[in-house]
Amino acid sequence: MDLISTLLGGLASGMVLFIVSVGLSVTMGLMGFVNLAHGAFAMLGGYVVVYSMRHWGLPFAAALALGFVAVALLAVVLERTLYARLYRASELDQVLFTIGLVFVMIALVTLGVGPESQRVVLPHWLDGQTDLGFIKYRTYSLALILAGSLLMLALWLGFERTRIGAKIRAAVDNRRMAESVGVDVGRLFTLTFALGSGLAAVGGGLGAEILGLDPQYPLRYLAYFLIVVAVGGMGRVTGVFFAALLIGVLDFVLKIEFPKGGTMFIYALTLVFLLARPQGIFGRKGA
Amino acid sequence: MSGLPAVQELAARHRLRWWEALPWIAGIAAFFLFPNYLSFGTLVLVTILFALSLDLVLGYAGIVTLGHAAFFGAGAYTVGILAAHWNWTEPLSGLVAAALVAGAVGLVSGWVVLRTQGLTLLMLTLCTMALLEQAANMFSGFTGGFDGMPGLSFQPILGLFEFDVLYFRSQYLYALAVLFACFVVVRMLVYSPFGRSLTGIRENLLRMHAVGAPVRARQVFAYAISAAIAGVAGAVFVHATGYVNLAVLGLDRAAGVLIILILGGYGRLYGAFVGAVVYMVLEHTLSKAYPTAWQLGLGLGLMLVALYARNGILGLIDALRRRWSTP
Repeated sequence: MDLISTLLGGLASGMVLFIVSVGLSVTMGLMGFVNLAHGAFAMLGGYVVVYSMRHWGLPFAAALALGFVAVALLAVVLERTLYARLYRASELDQVLFTIGLVFVMIALVTLGVGPESQRVVLPHWLDGQTDLGFIKYRTYSLALILAGSLLMLALWLGFERTRIGAKIRAAVDNRRMAESVGVDVGRLFTLTFALGSGLAAVGGGLGAEILGLDPQYPLRYLAYFLIVVAVGGMGRVTGVFFAALLIGVLDFVLKIEFPKGGTMFIYALTLVFLLARPQGIFGRKGA
Repeated sequence: MSGLPAVQELAARHRLRWWEALPWIAGIAAFFLFPNYLSFGTLVLVTILFALSLDLVLGYAGIVTLGHAAFFGAGAYTVGILAAHWNWTEPLSGLVAAALVAGAVGLVSGWVVLRTQGLTLLMLTLCTMALLEQAANMFSGFTGGFDGMPGLSFQPILGLFEFDVLYFRSQYLYALAVLFACFVVVRMLVYSPFGRSLTGIRENLLRMHAVGAPVRARQVFAYAISAAIAGVAGAVFVHATGYVNLAVLGLDRAAGVLIILILGGYGRLYGAFVGAVVYMVLEHTLSKAYPTAWQLGLGLGLMLVALYARNGILGLIDALRRRWSTP
């Protein structure tokens, strides 16, 4: 039983990692843009959720939806006005710009809300235990696993079965070719950037219970989001899904086994893995 | 041929110019002018040295890294562990040990990591640093874990100059001397054929492969040298302050030194000096009084630099000078 409950806990945090990181993977795959500020969108989403529940009395689900819309809109504005200028810039400029953006968002959140960490008050139907027959486990963790799996299914269908999904896959694999057959990669990018940031916001809200929520959030989890994307492969939704679950479970187990410095093994494994497969789990060579 | 202005300029580019004496004059003048700020001054000198080491990989070899603090930390922990566990407190041999250990870490990690490029490379440099940070956290019996090793003391430099815990006089001069020695080495390297080929690799990787340059060996070598110098900076930091903790290995330090170098201007040796002084003076005066406003300003500043002033402060000065001289 102990094994199963550890596994469930790890899967729940893996799902949060997936929901936050999937957008980053797709946008990086499309534009090769190094967006270190992705975690900041997740943080903003978390704050929108907490604030709208506390001050406007929105139910949890509505607050998540609001977080998605608000952050997606902000992402479109930022993308059109600022990010778009740096697509052809060097990696270094992109790194600098997005670190700067992270600092600005951290400072604005600290000024507006304060430096202390925030708690999401879960609705009754998610707070408590559920009997699965063979094990009793936290309802919220189970709900996270369900939500993450459904999202994976929806994204997979969207990618494999819709026209836009086909365009995105084409552009990730070969941007020039996609453009020359008439795919407007710029618009596609704005769309995926907005969707990805919105999903990150949802992940920030859903994951606040597990990852916590305070202004340092984007920097604390930066390495995790990047590892998930690098291991999963850029622009690969299924890859990111498995990478996130793997890292979620590993992290959960290691933090129990080695409370101090246990995450060392994650970094070591990532190093070894990326050397063997620099393109990620399902990435193709040279893509 | 040799009469062409471009050729003459190329042939003379390694010569010393009068303004290259300025940083050192300023460094010595600061010793007499600000006797009460020498502990801060020492930290500025350490940061300059650290940024200079980054300039070698980032500015000259064109390797974008988010994990350069790994080597600063390797040097710092080398000196700290030697002092705390083996009572090895002689500073100059400590510097050599720190350089060797950090250089070895750089050689091994560079040999492994530099096979990749782009985002993967960025990730792997970050991973190397996080790995070391967590290792230092885990083996706390050895490294002091989260609290680190406070209260280290070292023998007098060359057996003559006691470390001065109150006014940091000897620390400041010690840091200045080490910085000068390392700077001479870096300057020689940069203007050597080796340095030229690094620039070639940065500017056109494919062509350097095509002309038969040993690209990866050169990159790894530059990475290791830079790591050794960063290790020396970390060692001087520990000698001067008498403590080590996990912060020497953190993302904050790695991002900070990157920002400092870009702010000053990378790939031009003196960017490290200008960037470290400007950044640290601003931080020192603003961050204590208005920490959040400082972070906001820093963030906005970075975004502006990335969008409009990619060559940093020295680049701006160059651009202004050029505008002046061509009416």
